[in-house]
Amino acid sequence: MTTAAQQIQGAISIRNVTKIYDPEGVHVVAMQDCSFEIAAGEFVAIVGPSGCGKTTLLNAIAGFDTITSGEIHLDGELISSTRKQIKPDVDRMVVFQNGALFPWKTVMENIIYGPVVQGRVKKSAAAGAAREMLSQVGLNGIEDKYPEELSSGVQRRVEILRALINQPKVVMLDEPFRGLDAVAKTVMHEFLMEVFCAAPRTMFFITHDLDEAIFLGNKVVIMTTRPARLKKIVHVNLPWPREHHMLGSEAYLELKREVLEAVHEEAKKAFEAGEREMA
Amino acid sequence: MKKISKVVNVKTLRGVVSVVFFVALWQLVVLVKVPYLQNLPYPKEVAVDGIQAAGSKAYWFDWGISLMRIFIGFIAAQLIGIPLGLAMGISRIFKSYTFPVFEILRPIPPIAWIPIAILFWPTRELSIYFLVFIGAFFIIVINVLQGVSNISVSLKWAATSLGARPKDIFWKIMVPGSLPSIVTGMTVGMGVTWNVLIAAEMIAGQGGLGRMTWEAYTNHNIPFIVVGMVSIGVAGYLCSTFIRWLGEKAMPWKRKF
Amino acid sequence: MQRLKEIFTDRQMYRAVLGMLAFVTVWYLLTAVFNLPRFRQIPNPLAVLKEWVSFEPVSGRSLFTGEYYLDIAYSVGRTLIAFSLATVLGVSLGLIMGWNRMFFDFTFPIVEILRPMPPLSWIPLAVLILPGVEIAVIYVTFIAAFFATILNTLLGVFSIDRNYFLAAKCLGSKPKDIFLNVVVPGSLPFIFTGLQIAMGVSWMSLVAGEIISGQRGLGYAIYEGYSLFQYDQVIIYMFTLGILGYISSAGIRAVGRRLMSWEARRRGA
Repeated sequence: MTTAAQQIQGAISIRNVTKIYDPEGVHVVAMQDCSFEIAAGEFVAIVGPSGCGKTTLLNAIAGFDTITSGEIHLDGELISSTRKQIKPDVDRMVVFQNGALFPWKTVMENIIYGPVVQGRVKKSAAAGAAREMLSQVGLNGIEDKYPEELSSGVQRRVEILRALINQPKVVMLDEPFRGLDAVAKTVMHEFLMEVFCAAPRTMFFITHDLDEAIFLGNKVVIMTTRPARLKKIVHVNLPWPREHHMLGSEAYLELKREVLEAVHEEAKKAFEAGEREMA
Repeated sequence: MKKISKVVNVKTLRGVVSVVFFVALWQLVVLVKVPYLQNLPYPKEVAVDGIQAAGSKAYWFDWGISLMRIFIGFIAAQLIGIPLGLAMGISRIFKSYTFPVFEILRPIPPIAWIPIAILFWPTRELSIYFLVFIGAFFIIVINVLQGVSNISVSLKWAATSLGARPKDIFWKIMVPGSLPSIVTGMTVGMGVTWNVLIAAEMIAGQGGLGRMTWEAYTNHNIPFIVVGMVSIGVAGYLCSTFIRWLGEKAMPWKRKF
Repeated sequence: MQRLKEIFTDRQMYRAVLGMLAFVTVWYLLTAVFNLPRFRQIPNPLAVLKEWVSFEPVSGRSLFTGEYYLDIAYSVGRTLIAFSLATVLGVSLGLIMGWNRMFFDFTFPIVEILRPMPPLSWIPLAVLILPGVEIAVIYVTFIAAFFATILNTLLGVFSIDRNYFLAAKCLGSKPKDIFLNVVVPGSLPFIFTGLQIAMGVSWMSLVAGEIISGQRGLGYAIYEGYSLFQYDQVIIYMFTLGILGYISSAGIRAVGRRLMSWEARRRGA
């Protein structure tokens, strides 16, 4: 854990993954033959039309759900296939769409829940670590509050800290900043940037917000409309740490044009498909 | 083929297994003479008595009497309780005068009203209606009251800005807005009401399913006691299902799935 | 303190007192003054109050007699035993049923068969089968509370957002941890609603049980008062039951607030 040359882990390889819900009944193909690679320590933003199957992919990597065919590897180790469904593990942490801080636990209890329940450290040691994490990001003094006493922006940050304290190889965030206003979002981006630069690890970040995707990502993965497949990968070569003035740069605008075009194509297809389903 | 496999899924299979297991356990308990429970009748005795009862007119007559008592008392409770709850919910002044009195009477268990009911009403029949009424009355009032206070103010404002008069607000916002709690209140009230009716019939009634069960008790006819209990259960279940069905009819916007 | 002050300065209190006075006055007028046919038998509020605080009550039961408290003790004792038993069994069964799909599939149909039978329909069978009337009364009280508790606990478990389970798994919980940290606290709000309802039906069933088969206790005393023409006693005991019912559900609410501090704080915020 404390070795000097800490090697970054968390390379994910997604190979020909297909997921069909209810194959005998309704038969919904959520993902078809989806393949791409994520390097260790990469910040990957996943975008695509709503309902296209981004969360399906997240669930498969997290070990929440099975896949119908294909394979998913983490650092060369098979973590999901038709033969093998590995349970969720502490090397892959998820931050949920609508927030999943336990409302009946205080901020402190929430953050130290993972380390304590895994039996890795004593409660007091975990509490010390948690307090340090909180003060590093300027959130001291909220340890004994319950999540619902806090603003949703603070809640999101606490939930991310709850994931990070477990030192996972991969952090997966499912539209974590949805529903936050623009100012709060900016704060969240800086926060995420800060914790990512402090200790780089693989980030799997699902979002609807293209600016957010480009601003935070090493690469932006654009998915097709359902069934989800890889549409395009856009590499973002902006320097780290990202700063907000970059949003006006020529390089940024060029990237955005590229992403927007691909997404718009898919969104249109999704819309037309929706129209057809309604008819 | 597919359809059958859908109906006979694991869940229903387990359900059937559990019911069969329950009956078998019952049989076994009586067979091996488990202390105290050995006095239970065998399932078969109950079934035979039940089938026999279903063929007799007297049995269905008791059904009719109980259902009628529930119907009258319950309807009366709704007719008085719903307007009262609405009035209390809409007018704060009215509520502050009446609610305390209401709160004093509410915790008294309905069955504790039995002697007073018998004393007051000229006939036994009327006192049973009254007890059924009490069983459902307080519950419906409380539920309507809660329903009205939970209606969001913005709905009222929206209606007012659209030009609604107080009368419209009452009929278009207050009444449908409190409908879910009315249905909840009726469902809960129906359960309590059957409980009260059974006690009232056992203590004071002539005829009815409760009395029928009570007479089986005085005749020491244990299989028939169980027939009575099952009949009461079925009757109560039918009434609750009916209320739920009514609720779904009245609130198409709440229909699930 | 602040709240108390508010209550007294508020017009609300004044109206509450007026409302109550009106109720008692109407009751008094109907029963004592107008001498109306059906109301004549009903005791008037003054007589009831006099009897309740009398040192030498006609019925032998008032605030100053041991007899009165003995009746209360009997009823409270029975309710307490039945209710605790129902809480322990109902909550634990409900939690396990909600948590384990298979257990649910096997047990729920039986619950659904037994539940629609009103608790009071068990009285004859309980009296005949169980050893002693005392146990029969407690059983009937128990069964009433039991089903209300089990059903609400079950609803409570089902109400828990799926994400909490996933999050707990993700953070490395074993099934035991999920049960203790997600299932139990997540279903507490529903459990307490259930206990509140259970307490209500418990008292009701207890009274019926005591009337029909019991010896001693408030329900029995109510019926005894009726058959001995001690109508004051009937009313006194009705109100006593009301007060006890109120206290017990207030008690449950207080315990609930204690255990669910997160809910209370949210409402405060």
